[in-house]
Formats: sequence, C-alpha cells, structure tokens
Amino acid sequence: MKNGINSVFSFARLGALLIKEFIQMRRDRITFAMMLGVPLMQLVLFGYAINNDPKSLPAALVAMSSDPYTRAMVSALQTTGYYRFDHFAQSAAEAEFLMARGDVAFVVTIPADFARRVERGDQPQILIEADATDPAVASGAISTLGTVANQALLRARGMQETAAEAARGQLEVVVHRRYNPEGISQYNIVPGLLGVILQMTMVMMTSIALTRETERGTMENLLAMPSSPLEIMLGKVLPYLVVGAVQVVVVLAAAKLLFGVPFTGSLSLLLTAVLVFVLALVLLGYTISTMARTQMQALQLTFFFFLPSILLSGFMFPYRGMPGWAQIFGEILPLTHFLRIIRAVMLKGADLPAVATEIGWLVVFVALFAGVALVRFRRTLD
Amino acid sequence: MNVIDVHGLVKRFGDKTVVDHVTMTVAEGEIVGFLGPNGSGKTTTIRIMCGLLTPDEGEGTVLGFDIRTDSLRIKREVGYMTQKFSFYEDLTIAENLEFVARLYGLKPLNEHVARTLGDLGLTSRKDQLAGTLSGGWKQRLALAACIMHKPRLLLLDEPTAGVDPKARREFWDEIHRLASGGLTVLVSTHYMDEAERCHRIGYISYGRMLATGTVDEVVRNAGLTTFVVQGPRLDQVAAALSGRSGVDQVAPFGATLHVVGSDKTALQAALADVEKEHKGVTVTPGETSLEDVFIQFMSGSKDNMG
Repeated sequence: MKNGINSVFSFARLGALLIKEFIQMRRDRITFAMMLGVPLMQLVLFGYAINNDPKSLPAALVAMSSDPYTRAMVSALQTTGYYRFDHFAQSAAEAEFLMARGDVAFVVTIPADFARRVERGDQPQILIEADATDPAVASGAISTLGTVANQALLRARGMQETAAEAARGQLEVVVHRRYNPEGISQYNIVPGLLGVILQMTMVMMTSIALTRETERGTMENLLAMPSSPLEIMLGKVLPYLVVGAVQVVVVLAAAKLLFGVPFTGSLSLLLTAVLVFVLALVLLGYTISTMARTQMQALQLTFFFFLPSILLSGFMFPYRGMPGWAQIFGEILPLTHFLRIIRAVMLKGADLPAVATEIGWLVVFVALFAGVALVRFRRTLD
Repeated sequence: MNVIDVHGLVKRFGDKTVVDHVTMTVAEGEIVGFLGPNGSGKTTTIRIMCGLLTPDEGEGTVLGFDIRTDSLRIKREVGYMTQKFSFYEDLTIAENLEFVARLYGLKPLNEHVARTLGDLGLTSRKDQLAGTLSGGWKQRLALAACIMHKPRLLLLDEPTAGVDPKARREFWDEIHRLASGGLTVLVSTHYMDEAERCHRIGYISYGRMLATGTVDEVVRNAGLTTFVVQGPRLDQVAAALSGRSGVDQVAPFGATLHVVGSDKTALQAALADVEKEHKGVTVTPGETSLEDVFIQFMSGSKDNMG
C-alpha cells in the first residue's frame, strides 16, 4: 500500500506535522511578528537610512573679515553640498568647544589677512579642521576641497578657468584631522564596540533572567514569599551590572593594549557614563522580560531592538549621513548617546559640560525603563 | 477567630468568571480539603488567599489580615506550596532552603536550615540538585521550604499530584503532625482518599462553592441512594441501566456495579425492571461514597453550564 503505516514517507503524516507547525507559528505572535518585522526593518534601514557619503554636515565658520574673497570661499564650500555653516564662532576656543561637543563636524577658519594675501598673490591660507573620530565622515568633504576652493578663488578674482591652471597652488588649504590625525578607523570602532558589546550582552541576559523564572514556574513562589517587585527587579539587575563592569574593564584594556586607541579624557567621567548606560540597558532587558512569555521570545525582542541600535546609532554608519527621520529614531536609542559620550571622552578629551546633555539623555532612559518595568511587573500575576 | 474568613470572592479573567462568590471559613488547627474538577477555580481561590491575586469583589481576612490591603503581612505568615514545583532546579536542596530562609529573614540561618532538613529527612540529600530529585522528594523539599518560617496557615495546591502512594501517605502523616501542633491547613486535591483525611471539605465547581462540611455531612446532604448490582454479564446490565429515568450514575467497581440516583423510588423501579430482564442479577443496598457525590456534582454543574 502506498501510504501504509510502514512506509518511509507518507504525505498524510507530513501534512500532520506541517499543520501542527503552522498552528504553533500562528499562536506565537511575537515570533510571527519578528519573521515579518525583522526583514522589513532591515530593508528600510539599509535601503533608506544608510549613506556612507554624508552631505550637508554642520560646520562652524571662524571668519575674521567679510571681504568678497572670504564670502566667495564660504559659498564655494557650501555649494559642494558637504558643508552647512550653521555656527559662526567668534573665536577659535568657541569653535573648539562646538567640535568637542559634537555639534559641528568641521571648523573652517579664514584668517583676517586672507583678502590681502590673495591680492598680493602671497599664498593665502584657509584652515579646515575636521572631526576625524569617524574618518569616513570627513573624507568626502576633504577630498573635494582643494579644487573647489582654488576655482572659487580664481573666479572671484575674475580669472578664466583656463588661466587657472597656471595659478593653481596659490591657495593653500590646511587640513587638520582632529582627534585622529592618521584616520585610523579602529579609533572610531573600538570605543563604539564597548557600547555594542554592552548593549548586546546586558539586554540579552536580563531579558531572559525574569522570563526564566516565569517559564520555570519559580516566579509564583517568589511572589508568594515576602519579596517586593522592587527587590526582585534589583535582585535581577544588579548581578548583571557586575558582569557589565567586568566587560568594561576587558574592552578598555583591549582598546589600549591591542589597538592602541588613545584615551585623552577622564576615566571617571567615562565610567560614570558607562554606569548610567549599563543601568539603562539592564532595565530595558528587564522590561523585555516582563513582556515576553518565553525565553525564546525574550531573545527575539532583544534582537529586534539590537538591529536598529547597530545601524542607526552611528556605530557602523555615519549618523550624519542618515535622513532626518532616521536621526530622530537614532535619538531614542541609548546606544546613540553612549557612542557620542565614549568617543568624545576617549578621543576628544571632552569634559563633563561637553557631554552633559548626552548623559542626561541616558538618565532619562534609566527613569523611563525603570518606570515601565515596575508598572508592567505588578500586573504579571493579576 | 477563624484563620480564613472570606466572603463573596469574585475573580474574573477577561469575561470569564473563575471564582464566583466564594465564601469560606476555616478555624484554627483545621485541615480543610478543597475539592473540585480541573479549572474549577481552586488555584485562583488559593492565590487570592495568599495575596498573589486581588479579588474583583468580596472581602475577608486571612490570619486576621485584610486580603486586599495586608497581602505583604499575609505572605510572611502563610506557607504556600504551588501546584507546579517552583523551586530552583539548578540549586541544591540546602541552597534552596537557604534562599527561602534569607527571604524570610530567619536567623540564625544555618540552624533553621539544618532543623528543617532534619525534620523532613532531607539531610542525607541536602547537596543534591533539586532538578535531579524524583517527584516525591521534590514535594518534600517544597513542603520543607514552605513550613520553615513556621507559618500559621499552610495553603497546599494539589501537593500530591504525581507522587507515589507511599510518599503520599508520609506526606499526609506529616500534615496531620503539623496540624496537631496548631497549624491550619487548606489543601486542594483530586484524590478521594485524601479528602477523607481532612476534617472538613469544600467542593467547588465552575467557581462556585457547591458543598461544605465534613465528609459525612457532604455525602448525607447530597441525598443520593446507591445500590450494588452483582451477577453475570454486568456490561450488558450497565448498558441497560444507563439512561433510564432515576439512574444518574452506573459505575463498575471490580465485579460489581454501583448504581446511584437522587430519586430513590425511580431508581428502585428501574433496578426492579432490569432485575427481571437479566437472569441471575442481584441488587443490594449500598453505601454512597464521596466519589459518587462528586461525580453527581460534576455532571450536575455541566448541565448548568450547558
């Protein structure tokens, strides 16, 4: 008999297995949502949000005079599409602070004697300082610079482009790649990795911690004994804070010893930021834990959160290259703010005032996640 | 003062009423059995009493503490044993007990743990991982953990499910020993022999408390008549009996049939007919058992639901 009970393969039995599998798939809503959500999210993020040649980067102008040559230079830089002058600094120190805070990617300084030197043919100079913590961001803007600036200057003097050949080399564009003069990409990646590693492990471990209690039935007992939701939350969260501390030490030591990443800022400031960041992460994991019914679901939710964090935080791809909506999305990810802090402190030597806003953001996340976690937790048995 | 004193408890999950106006009193030192089919609301009622759930309606006290506002104090004085084993399988017996002792703030820690291990005969296995224990030993660990802090009330939710008869017997001996020391016990169960070991029982079905009292009272109040039928070809006799007016239950018991009905005259008439139709069949009056009563309750409440 064809479909006999003894045959190696039976369509009826395969059918039974398939039907069972689809029913289970439909019941597990979160998994189902992930199967549709993750590819869609990847498609949108990779397709629309990521741009490796960011344009319209915020720049500060330090111009000592407003002669026609200076203006010609500024408008030429703007027409390249790379520079957007939205800060006009009065002094070099002010511009320096803007860059340390990460408000601008470039500082363009046109000296006071620029016009005089142009007219005398006395090799005029402009200074472009680029934030090279992410070498990729600055490279496009810098590479187009020499030609554009020279042509603009010649046009301003009424010379023909053909005659420009002879005059080339007259203008000197001095480029300073700040914080990372050699353009070593590890300097950008390795501090960022600390954030990514913490995000991945902290959220994942805490997200399964509480779900495991629920899944194994120990949660009911825990609740029946005299332990409050706050105690249970702290009891779950604090051990992972310790694990996070160990990770921080390992990654920072590796950054120094293996990759030679400079550490110019204050260690205690960085550790404070790390503490707040890790606290936000474990609380996020705990919040996921109160939502997921199984450990599997908890892992899926963790991954769902992890993906945009990697793509939109500025870890892999320049934050400034993303469209506005993606930047707003990036702002609501703790990793985005942490990356700014750690890069600023390690590479730029930023002090507390320069990173205070970003730390403030992390504090907001901590409060938010703790609140949601506590509110959600109370409901679990009722 | 009653240890448990609750009135009109109602608990709904969505549009399903799981506990429907349950009223219950349990006096100090009593062992009260809580019976009912699966999904009848036993677990939910017990969870309300130990403060794990807040009732939608009704109020009451457990150990004199209000179940709505004083759940933290109730938790301190109650020992609750969950239906499913809910201790840490990756911890040893001793580590589990130490964890519980610390949560209750028992001092000195080692003394409490050692005494509890000794009392329940767990000392020789104290370093064994809880996950590797058999059903009976797991249950013993769970009981140890919930009596260690010397609670005044023990709430046991189907404590002997999946436990062999010997372990069950030992478990019940332990419960009676504890009760003689003044501990009050509310225990839910499916087993009739266990119900008969309780001072009093309560029967709950579809969230409603249908009967309370001693086993004798519950059986007597049910108003059932039972006859025992003996003879050849009892399968045919059973088929002939079921469905006749007056016959509510026909159940084979070894070489006999128990025939139960609530209307004594109708039942006798039906039996007389069958006795005539089948040769060699004898009918003698029998004693109604608790099980007969429960089966009657269960089929009765199904009718209500239908």
